[in-house]
Amino acid sequence: MAGKIETPPLTGDKLPIPPVSPGAMANLSPNRAAEGHNTFLNFPGVRVGDWKEKAVEKMGDLLDKYKSLRVFMDICVKCGSCTDKCHYFLGTGDPNNMPVARQELMRKVYRKEFTLGGKLFPGLSRAEEMSEDVLAQWWSYYHQCSQCRRCSVYCPYGIDTAEISMAAREIMDSVGVGQKYCNEILGKVLEIGNNLGINPHALANTLEFVEEEQEEESQVKVRYPMDESGADVLLIAPSADFFSSPHIEGFTGYGKIFHEAGVSWTVSSYASEFANFGMFIGSYDTMRRVAERIREAAHDLKVKRIVVGECGHAWRVGYSFWNTLIGPFDFLDPSYRTPTHICEFTWDLIQRDGVKLDKSANDERVVTFHDSCNVSRASRMGDMPGGQYDIPRNIIKAVCNHFVDMDEETIKEATYCCGGGGGLLTDELMDLRVKGALPRANALHGVMESHGVNTMAMICAICKAQFTKVLPYYHIPMDMVASVHQLVSSAVVLGGKKGV
Amino acid sequence: MTELNILSTIFASLSYMVIALFLLGVARKIYGYAATPSPLKIPTTPAPVSGGGVVIRMAREVILFESLFKGNKWTWLGGILFHVTFAVVLFRHLRYFTEPVPWLVALVAPVGILAGVGLLGAAAYLFVRRLAVDRVAYISSGADYFALILVGSLALTGLAMKFVFRTDVAMVKDFCMGIVTFSPANMPADPIFILHYLLVLTLGAYFPFSKLMHAGGIFFSPTRAQIDNPREARHVNPWADDVRVDKA
Repeated sequence: MAGKIETPPLTGDKLPIPPVSPGAMANLSPNRAAEGHNTFLNFPGVRVGDWKEKAVEKMGDLLDKYKSLRVFMDICVKCGSCTDKCHYFLGTGDPNNMPVARQELMRKVYRKEFTLGGKLFPGLSRAEEMSEDVLAQWWSYYHQCSQCRRCSVYCPYGIDTAEISMAAREIMDSVGVGQKYCNEILGKVLEIGNNLGINPHALANTLEFVEEEQEEESQVKVRYPMDESGADVLLIAPSADFFSSPHIEGFTGYGKIFHEAGVSWTVSSYASEFANFGMFIGSYDTMRRVAERIREAAHDLKVKRIVVGECGHAWRVGYSFWNTLIGPFDFLDPSYRTPTHICEFTWDLIQRDGVKLDKSANDERVVTFHDSCNVSRASRMGDMPGGQYDIPRNIIKAVCNHFVDMDEETIKEATYCCGGGGGLLTDELMDLRVKGALPRANALHGVMESHGVNTMAMICAICKAQFTKVLPYYHIPMDMVASVHQLVSSAVVLGGKKGV
Repeated sequence: MTELNILSTIFASLSYMVIALFLLGVARKIYGYAATPSPLKIPTTPAPVSGGGVVIRMAREVILFESLFKGNKWTWLGGILFHVTFAVVLFRHLRYFTEPVPWLVALVAPVGILAGVGLLGAAAYLFVRRLAVDRVAYISSGADYFALILVGSLALTGLAMKFVFRTDVAMVKDFCMGIVTFSPANMPADPIFILHYLLVLTLGAYFPFSKLMHAGGIFFSPTRAQIDNPREARHVNPWADDVRVDKA
């Protein structure tokens, strides 16, 4: 498999802008959801007979419900500022992966159906009615957008392609054309409580395993509790944290931090997932249903506060949307932020000198930090704008002696998506995922060459899963990938302080 | 007072139709932007955490084209030149619609001519760029070229009246004053002026139905206009179905 997807040699220098190559990725599209996956989310199971009319009707509905969509459909002047900003365009050269062209796939239908100019002079503005061809383009290219918002940073009007791809996916779902990866997973989280389908019994076993491993390693018992009513903190982690590496090493680190802080905590077997793929498919109702379980769990377990683990898009949902979706959180202790990011929690503890850290434990590592897209451009940490960049870096610098940033055009608000976000972390899209990782792999290669970087730390479950899979295509070892709290975990000296 | 000739009657009528179309069209669009709810908080971060901060962010965006500057320096240069010169030229045209002419308008008049040349140059640059850069050529449609040709032709005909085919400026002023005081006067039967004026009317009529609405629309762009405070202040979605399914 690794030989089939071609990757260019990495230079570490500024990436060249590829010439446009129409249709380069036209044949790539995700697998279609089965009937049951769609109906479980209250979408038609299969494509409805009058789908064209229904799709246009849904578009009108969304235009009335979302200011973003209404304004963004009208005001693009096609200046081209975004055309070389998408990692998928830089990796594939397919012009429909230029953000403006991706938006135009919806705008051409908008013009035809909702504007006078488009009705009178369809040729002038390239207005087009909904058709099998248009649907095929939507299906393919709205599933080649990871909703990372990089384009919106460079748009003079702040047009965010993520909003448009979310709307497109919602329109497609509404006529029975759903994506398997997202809709199947949403079924699992709504039925079982997490994306991976881990049942409460298996989750309890996993936590026991983590607890035993940790104790064996450090000779100090740290608890990893489940469903403990009355705990101070409900921890909501992405379920990958219970399952795969390097996620689980990060999860181990959360437990050590709570232990040192002297704060009682618990996970919930009912709400054992931070990820919320409802955002990826643009469905407000689904997103709210998924989030609602967390509110219920926090209420039932009588916790004081909610702390969340390392997950990028979920932090966007938690930070930006939870208060709207499932707030107000009047049953929680108002002296804490809801939700609190584990990085905010850890940095606060470090600043208060509440944890003893041995930086030399990470001395074999030269670390860089990958800013995850949704954290960088759709959320904040702490009180100051930009805290989402500073706090994770501050933590890394507090637990490691060797830290270096990648090229500044590839970090912070300019960060590149890992290539697997937005509901695209599925095998059939591997070609796109590998090519979309090019800008990040190239910048990483740069600091590997110049500074001997051997660790790329991050705070997103999707980034971790994506990079461990695709970096080998660029001849970069997968064990480069680390959780920030994995580094914390290594450096914490258990029992070194009394805690809070 | 002389009687209004047929040409001037037609153009005076057209003027009022276009003014009405422009005002109603823009008002309808702006109302649509303003009235459509924002269900969620979606500012592109880092974003200001206060209302005052948002005003400053928007001002930097509208006056300095900050995001475009981050995106592409050459396009930014062309864009800022285009808009600044256009603004100066429009300001200069106040001399045709005011009596007495305010001192600042009179002062700007010579610069206005220079701005006209700049506007023509900027429009030409942006036009060539659309053809020459493969990515931009791919996304450009007839409407995108049309807008540039329209503004470029306006600048060209305007400059032509100044430098090549001198028109009767006093008569132009009478005609313009007549329009804004609702007592139409005769226009000069000068082909270049008529063409220039027709282009103005076209621009006015086209504006509300086109991408030119970016001028008002940007103020409603949620990624730029929202405050980053979702944890501190609960944002309410007006159309949310608030029926709770939980036990809470």
